[in-house]
Amino acid sequence: MIDALPWLILFLPLAAALVIVLLTNRSQRTSSTISVATVWVCFLGSCILFFTTKVNPTAFRWLSLSPVLDIPFGFVLDRLSKTMLILVTGVGALIHVYSLGYMREDKGKSRYFASLSFFMFAMLGIVLANNFVMMFIFWELVGVASYLLIGHWFERDAAADAAKKAFITNRIGDFGFMLGILMVWTATGSVVFSEIASHMSRITAHPAYLSAAAIFIFCGAVGKSAQFPLHVWLPDAMEGPTPISALIHAATMVAAGVYMLVRVGFLLQPSPTALLVIAWIGTISSVIAALTATQQDDIKKILAYSTISQLGYMITAVGLASGEAAMFHLFTHAFFKALLFLGAGAVIISLHHEQNIWKMGALARRMQATFLTFGIGTLALIGCPPFSGFFSKDTILALAYQRNAAIFALGLFTAFLTAFYMVRLVLVVFFGKPRSDSALHVEEAPPVMTVPLIVLAIMSFITGFGFVARRFLPLPEEKGVFILVPVLAFAALFLGGGLAFSLYRNRETDPIDAAILRRRFYFDEFYAWLINWTQDLLATIAAFFDRWLVDAGAVRGASGATWGMGALLRLVQVGNLQAYSLLFGLGIVWIIYFTVFR
Amino acid sequence: MVTLGNYLLASGLLFTIGFAGVLLRRNLITIFMSLELMLNAANLSLVAFSRFHVDANGLPNYNAQVFVFFIITVAAAEVAVGLAIIVALYRARQTTHVEDINTLKF
Amino acid sequence: MQSIFFWIFSILMVGFGAAVVINRNPVASALSLVVSFLGLAALFVMLDAYFIGVIQILVYAGAVMVLFLFIIMLLDLRAEELRKINMVAVAGGVLVSLALFCQIYAVVHRMRASDQPFPRLPISKIDDVHRVGLLLFGQYNLPFQIIGILILVATIGVIVLSKRELR
Repeated sequence: MIDALPWLILFLPLAAALVIVLLTNRSQRTSSTISVATVWVCFLGSCILFFTTKVNPTAFRWLSLSPVLDIPFGFVLDRLSKTMLILVTGVGALIHVYSLGYMREDKGKSRYFASLSFFMFAMLGIVLANNFVMMFIFWELVGVASYLLIGHWFERDAAADAAKKAFITNRIGDFGFMLGILMVWTATGSVVFSEIASHMSRITAHPAYLSAAAIFIFCGAVGKSAQFPLHVWLPDAMEGPTPISALIHAATMVAAGVYMLVRVGFLLQPSPTALLVIAWIGTISSVIAALTATQQDDIKKILAYSTISQLGYMITAVGLASGEAAMFHLFTHAFFKALLFLGAGAVIISLHHEQNIWKMGALARRMQATFLTFGIGTLALIGCPPFSGFFSKDTILALAYQRNAAIFALGLFTAFLTAFYMVRLVLVVFFGKPRSDSALHVEEAPPVMTVPLIVLAIMSFITGFGFVARRFLPLPEEKGVFILVPVLAFAALFLGGGLAFSLYRNRETDPIDAAILRRRFYFDEFYAWLINWTQDLLATIAAFFDRWLVDAGAVRGASGATWGMGALLRLVQVGNLQAYSLLFGLGIVWIIYFTVFR
Repeated sequence: MVTLGNYLLASGLLFTIGFAGVLLRRNLITIFMSLELMLNAANLSLVAFSRFHVDANGLPNYNAQVFVFFIITVAAAEVAVGLAIIVALYRARQTTHVEDINTLKF
Repeated sequence: MQSIFFWIFSILMVGFGAAVVINRNPVASALSLVVSFLGLAALFVMLDAYFIGVIQILVYAGAVMVLFLFIIMLLDLRAEELRKINMVAVAGGVLVSLALFCQIYAVVHRMRASDQPFPRLPISKIDDVHRVGLLLFGQYNLPFQIIGILILVATIGVIVLSKRELR
């Protein structure tokens, strides 16, 4: 019975999605109820699984080309995946409930909940997959779900473009991921994680090959977790509904990259080169994203860049060879970032879909529950003790302090920036004077939205403490107490917060105008130019090829040859009957000669 | 003494004359007549062979004569159809000259 | 006696056959053809194939030649005017014809039976019409029927072809 539970958890959301699409699409109420009910069942199942020690989920051989390739369809159920199950289904369940409020007036509610259930299916597939191929398939399905949900309001061009951008950018990373999988498979002859782990000696013998494979696999995470240089899709993905931003683009899907890296950590550990690359990509992403976040005006974009920045921390932790630290931060981040997004969603919907923070202001008094929970999320994000972000971020910073001074310095700088932009956000949104009519007449969000906020706020508070987190995760062992690291982190936080406080207190407009940050380091423009240039080059080459090789060579050559042969043969076709009969007679004479006289 | 060879040579000569007529003449009607010559040359050799191969009763082999009968019948039908075609052609082109009928050319 | 007649009739046949080809006037050609066929019929008779000889005269010298002449008259064909003769074509035609005749001659010459005289027949037993008729309606009945259908088809075909408007 318990062995079938993972199957139930995995396929129940898919069933829900199918039922909604095929049967109950008309009835929005039924559809949403089905979707929410299934996710709660999944959450309960995940909890049961979590507290069950002996589970042997049935697996079957899905594709068998032995001895070359053997792909099972099986589950891995260790502490890591069980925690992720709880995290995904728990946050997912809260966000499903929240969506009931957020999407209550949306016409495409059934479609939304179908996509959401489909996303849950795909995400749980990633978490449970016990081999690379299965993970890759669910990885792509998650991308599809993300595409569907970002483009939920597809009638808006921006949303449709953002969905395309997210999908295509992810494809670039996924291509690398696929190459990495193929390289690992070529070397070890297996795609199952446990078998690869036991055959690692076959691949560690070639350090360069291993590094290449590891970096290619990391490409998948770069795409999915929106790391530099493929981070451009995540801010645009904020065109989707806010619960989606919270669930997919903050708490779970973007964390899938980190989860995958931790899952295949045994592949990365033996390659110092790959680890260094990963650590630096993470650090660069976190700094760039944090810098960009300081100058954004859209509340969701700020949070999106913040997500990239925090994911950068996790990736850095992976690169510093500590999957535990990465998972710890992932775990805490999932709660407080979901909380922040949901809080932002409450603000946005109360202001009738206004996202510009300079049109808000003085919301603290009118939206007290939202303000309080948002504040808790902010404190957790900027790493203020004793909230959860402090512990997890501190773990990563301590790790960096031990392993790499430069990364540690940049990590501190990111912490400073994080404090700066979050304090700026809170000050501008919740304090000062109301800067628009809608901000003046704002009302608190309904309980269906505030209750998830409160639950998440509680989680954001408690998950950082060792005695809570240790139940879910193996925390990295503290090797010696570094009092210096928390002190420095707190100093950065204090400096950043203070600077933002002095700059943005009671401001009507932004006192700083840094175009490069506002324009996000011109990444989009650069990519547009790059794609344009590449396309032009390819088009030129293709045109040359087409014009001179295909048209002139193949087509005209073939036609010319045919025509020439035809012209030659035409000489025989004189059209004169007697010429034909003459040839006919010649042939007969010839044949008689050969049959009779030879 | 007349031998089989004499008849066969006469038949061959007639056949060659007919063939030369097909090759050399330009008038479709004449070509057609030459064709008839060729057919009859073949008939002559058939009858000669028929006369040459006597059976146990000392009679000629009449199978060949039946064959000749068939050839004559088919030839008659062929002449009728062929002349009808020539008439139709003449109506369309006002010529029976073979060099004027060269649409079979590219 | 026999050989004299053979030479007379074969020369008649071949000579008028050549006249068919040589004559410019189609009417002259057709009349030459009649004479040639008459010679041929005489040769048939000399080979004791009376039935075939009679058929030859009836069908060819009678029906077919009348048809030829009728068509020549209908189309009002005159003697061909001289056109420029393509010497290459003429030489080619003559050469091919000569080569063909040489081959026939060689084949006949090589044949062992070719210089043997015809066996004698019991004159009293010659009843070739009877024999041919028996074969036609007995052993060759089916081909005979098919020939009948062929003639029917040819008749219909000729009628269709001869209609004014070909569609």
